[in-house]
Amino acid sequence: MSRTRRVLAGALLTGLALLTGASAAAADDASPSPSASGDGSGPTEAGTTFRTATAIQQGETATAGASTGDYLYWVFPADAGQRATVTAKVTLPESAARHGAQTWQVDVYDGLRRRQACMYGKQTGTAAADAATVELTCVLRTVRANAEQWANDPLPGSYYVRLTVVGLAQADLGLPVHTEVEVNSKDQGGSADVDGSLSKPLIPGVSTAEQASDDGTNASAEPVALAGEPEDGWSSGWWTSRWLWTAGGGVLAALAGVFGYSVTRGRGRPTHVPPGV
Amino acid sequence: MGILLATLTAGLGSALPASADETPTKASPKVELVLDVSGSMRTRDIDGQSRMSAAKQAFNEVLDAVPEQVQLGIRTLGADYPGDDRKVGCKDTKQLYPVGPLDRTEAKTAVATLAPTGWTPIGPALLGAADDLEGGDSTRRIVLISDGEDTCGPLDPCEVARDIAARGIHLVIDTLGLVPNAKIRQQLTCIAEATGGTYTAVQHTDELSGRVKQLVDRAAEPVVTPVATEGADSCADAPELKPGLYTDREKFAEHRWYKVAVQPGQELRASVSVFADRAVNNDYGMLLRAVTTHGREIVRGSESGTGRTDAISSGLRYPKAELDDDESTPETVCLQVSNSFSAPASVKTSPGMPIELTIDLVDGPDEAADVAAFGLGHGWWLLGLLTLTGLIVGLLFGWISRWRVAVWRTN
Repeated sequence: MSRTRRVLAGALLTGLALLTGASAAAADDASPSPSASGDGSGPTEAGTTFRTATAIQQGETATAGASTGDYLYWVFPADAGQRATVTAKVTLPESAARHGAQTWQVDVYDGLRRRQACMYGKQTGTAAADAATVELTCVLRTVRANAEQWANDPLPGSYYVRLTVVGLAQADLGLPVHTEVEVNSKDQGGSADVDGSLSKPLIPGVSTAEQASDDGTNASAEPVALAGEPEDGWSSGWWTSRWLWTAGGGVLAALAGVFGYSVTRGRGRPTHVPPGV
Repeated sequence: MGILLATLTAGLGSALPASADETPTKASPKVELVLDVSGSMRTRDIDGQSRMSAAKQAFNEVLDAVPEQVQLGIRTLGADYPGDDRKVGCKDTKQLYPVGPLDRTEAKTAVATLAPTGWTPIGPALLGAADDLEGGDSTRRIVLISDGEDTCGPLDPCEVARDIAARGIHLVIDTLGLVPNAKIRQQLTCIAEATGGTYTAVQHTDELSGRVKQLVDRAAEPVVTPVATEGADSCADAPELKPGLYTDREKFAEHRWYKVAVQPGQELRASVSVFADRAVNNDYGMLLRAVTTHGREIVRGSESGTGRTDAISSGLRYPKAELDDDESTPETVCLQVSNSFSAPASVKTSPGMPIELTIDLVDGPDEAADVAAFGLGHGWWLLGLLTLTGLIVGLLFGWISRWRVAVWRTN
């Protein structure tokens, strides 16, 4: 397991770093960036409902040709500690064919189909009658490993992206558009790590798929979770850089204790004690 | 991705409750192309050729590209009766090529014989197409290509489409309009909206073939087919749902109840979408409540919205705590689905709007004992505090031991 190795190496290095007075904040960078591995090319179709949403991975650029007025759906996995940014680009039909400004919107829903708020970014954008493209972004809240049942905090699991036009001249319905969607995320490090964890990520149909594979009715079938699993799998939930911070604190405390003790003893033997005692 | 989706379908399919008699098999998806062959198709306004020849050219390209597993059929409307008798003209729809494994040459020959002729009976053609696609439990898709408004009232094709959708046969109608005309657009968007389909305005031949190909490919994508269920108006009579995907219909301001049995230590996950399949007023909402059999609300999911939308959805989680004793009596949780959609008076309220429920039961979560992961600390304040504490403790120990040495020496 590369993670275990990394953790051990990280712990050793941090111990050394602390001893030599280097910054412990380096620990925050120990977690890998999940989006780094994307090669950029993704699916070329989009779904039209939650059920038919096209699965994409973070870092992939998904494209789709569509008609103005279609509701386009994609689904991507997001794991605890990630703050995902959805960017969408709509290439509009040539302005000669259009009859006015168009307003496009990107919405993000979690695995329970609860709408997720965008912290920053232009979620809704209006393209003037002569504009060629409209670009939208939505920065989601950091995904947490666990939340109370009454909260709608983002949890690990599937996230649905819905892209559609919300305002247009009726005469523009049905005109061809080209859309591009990309999801990237930033690892928020230990400060976002909360206690507790879900037994299964929020993926619709996860329990039925599990049942099916338990029954052995479809031996070759991978569990459904794979359809929306991050490339390197879901995190086990036990690793957090808080281990390093806390352990580092312990090391510092011990060193400070030894230092404090030695200060009270002075340097070498006390001057008034004669030799030979 | 196709493979993953296929396994998903297979997985869900075999796991769906046996009580539901729709046991989805790997049935091949069915598509019927419905082509308008009315007299107006003679008009030459698509890339300099007639609408009919553009459609024929597109059909040839589409027929070449139909995926293996798709059963494709072709139906025409207005192909035979050239006369003026509206009654006869409005019944003029027939199946040109039956839905089934595709013989490309045969289908192409059939298409080549078509000549623009008669009326535009869209409603009857849709009904006919729905009948053609009957049987089996595959996904069904109708692709309607038309250049004219249905002139055959009183049967409003939009109502027809909604009624077909309400049969619960997973049928989607996509429409393509060959003329940029407000009335036609309105009618075709209404048909598409009623069944969760899409509307496309076609201006060029390549757009037509490209779009139809895309729609046929979409039909070939395997998806999970939901099981039809019917919620009751109180929890006592509600149907009990097992994990799976369900559909139902709900009218404006109606309540629908369902029941789920949750074992101690399990977590219930429910999400519901209400689809706006008709013209609705600008502001709307929905509410999903989990209620005990005694009527106490446990948790709710709600959502409201404004403006153009296809659906509104929300969900909830309910982890049932493990009981101390070994009792494992499942708790019956009632789920109430309600909506606050409204529509202008001209819009029909029945059949109700389609709703989709996803029910999952998984093991309960590891509940948090602390805000932070494992109760561990993080940040410079923590390091500072620990260092300071260490220093103070070290100094105290140093002083105490010095004092003890001094006391021992004086004695």
